[in-house]
Amino acid sequence: MVFKRYVEVGRVVLVNYGPDAGKLATIIDIVDQNKCLIDGPANLTGVNRQVISYGRIVLTDLTVKVCRNARQKTLSAAWAEADIQAKWESSSWAKKLVAKQKRATLSDFDRFKVMVAKKQRSAIIAKKMKELK
Amino acid sequence: MTKKIKLASTPTVTTVDGKYYPAEDAPAKSTSKTVRNPTKIRASITPGTILILLAGRFRGKRVICLKALESGLLLVSGPYQVNGVPLRRVSPSYVIATSTKIDVSSVDVSAFDDKYFARSEESVKGELFEGDAPKPAIVSEKRKEDQKAVDAALMKVVGGVDLLEAYLKAKFSLTKNDKPHKMVF
Repeated sequence: MVFKRYVEVGRVVLVNYGPDAGKLATIIDIVDQNKCLIDGPANLTGVNRQVISYGRIVLTDLTVKVCRNARQKTLSAAWAEADIQAKWESSSWAKKLVAKQKRATLSDFDRFKVMVAKKQRSAIIAKKMKELK
Repeated sequence: MTKKIKLASTPTVTTVDGKYYPAEDAPAKSTSKTVRNPTKIRASITPGTILILLAGRFRGKRVICLKALESGLLLVSGPYQVNGVPLRRVSPSYVIATSTKIDVSSVDVSAFDDKYFARSEESVKGELFEGDAPKPAIVSEKRKEDQKAVDAALMKVVGGVDLLEAYLKAKFSLTKNDKPHKMVF
């Protein structure tokens, strides 16, 4: 099995655990086998420059073209050029995260409405299936 | 010489303040400093909140809270034509307050209080001798009329919200994968 996502300078990661959980960041330097230096950039994602363990992050498909230890200013410019925010938000991964968060905040009435909508949808599909047979 | 014998006489009790003390210490009357406040009902329950009843005959039903009564109980109505819950008192401890609220200011519930629901003497006596199956509840005409009046006003509000009538008709239940401590009501 070949790895497709590498830990490298410029790799965009999603922080999974800790106070910045759920936010994007970029790897700008590698400390050792267990941790790396990441930066938001802070003005774009809210993640400050910090050393973080690999266990707390997950690699995404996106990369940014930056040199090792790039300044926040350079990093922000590279992010804007690569349009990372838009690319991330259009990915199905990001959409699933948003849907998950929305589901967690649904009220009892909202859950009822979802149930009704699901039933209507499956009724339409079943009707169509019957036609096709 | 005859001695004059003084007969002992029962001492007359004269209450002269400060000079008379009772034989046993009378307990001093304690002044009660406790304040009786109206029962505090949690902030999530307001008139117009949709409640989920958790216990009792109508457990699982979704009902509309109309007001909080003096005794601390909640006055609730199905409405009756939607889910069969009449004007009823319900304990707030056995209820989930959902975040769904409707405007019930147009519904007049000033006539309903704890006295309205007090059980008549005849019905209380009859309960002690339960040999047969429980008799069906005898609903007075007054109750039916009051129910109709309240429900007419309620249905106008309920009809204004999409799917609310169907929501009140449906029963609440937990299914697999439901985590009540994580669910937002």
